[in-house]
Amino acid sequence: MTHAHALEHHHTPTSTGLEHRKVAIWTFIGSECLFFASLISTYLVYKGKDTKGPTPDEILQIPLVTFGTALLLFSSLFVVLALNGAQRGNRRALLGWLAATIICGIFFVGMQVYEFQHFMHEGLKLQTNLFGASFYTLTGFHGTHVTLGVIWLITVFITAVRGKLPPAKALNLEMAALYWHFVDVVWIVIFPVVYLMK
Amino acid sequence: MSAHATHPHGPEAEGLDPHEHSHPGPALYIKIGLVLFLLTALEVGAYELAHRGGTFETILKPVLVPVLLILSAAKFALVAMYYMHLKQDSKLFSGLFVFPLIIAALVIVSLIVLFVYHYTYQRGML
Repeated sequence: MTHAHALEHHHTPTSTGLEHRKVAIWTFIGSECLFFASLISTYLVYKGKDTKGPTPDEILQIPLVTFGTALLLFSSLFVVLALNGAQRGNRRALLGWLAATIICGIFFVGMQVYEFQHFMHEGLKLQTNLFGASFYTLTGFHGTHVTLGVIWLITVFITAVRGKLPPAKALNLEMAALYWHFVDVVWIVIFPVVYLMK
Repeated sequence: MSAHATHPHGPEAEGLDPHEHSHPGPALYIKIGLVLFLLTALEVGAYELAHRGGTFETILKPVLVPVLLILSAAKFALVAMYYMHLKQDSKLFSGLFVFPLIIAALVIVSLIVLFVYHYTYQRGML
């Protein structure tokens, strides 16, 4: 165990021997798995049951979403590099990679806003058909999670800029990073299920 | 004497789980990132080839869904194990994530089975 990693774990002794906040974020992530499972299964059971269009085949665009997927995957790499920088006390790496993560997150949200706007223009609204309702609910809730993740990362970034994120407090970033990775793994499931198996 | 014992604020002194190890370095993270990018390219490539017509479509279309599910599962596992550090961190964290994940998978499969049965029954096929 590195010195930085040992410093990271300066906390009150606990019954599990683990940092309570980290146990809490993992428990939260576990509950989120069930939340997204219900949305994904709703999308799947209503798939192909539309009585009118637009249907997924007619409207979904692969190139734009592939770009968004790549952004989200790279943002996961960037945030883990930022965490590595935070744990080692490398302020430059921490700020640089964290800024890159935030930019990728903002671009992903922008991509989703553009996509929704385009679909609305094409006549697919929440109330149009079963596909519209289940698609907007699933991807909309994911987009909301990404937005919240971006806000969380921005607050951590501001803390780091003000010099209040030393290696001993790297857990503050690790929690945000775990949430961000979860948002990424959810998209890893949504992307093929919604866009590639249409 | 172990390195931890010499440190006045070592993990044992703080009541830490000694099984929590240090996280991997940037080199491994970048390699994993490249593998994730490659797997995504394979996903999109398989989709494109399966919809292009000709021999590729004949071969790929029937197996497209299993191929996409396998590639997606591989990406999911890589992010969870290396980026979320489940491979190095305490097994309790893995339990907190994997147990709900199993229930989530069961929820998805159960609902699909129920709805397929419902629609089949509605059409008078059972």
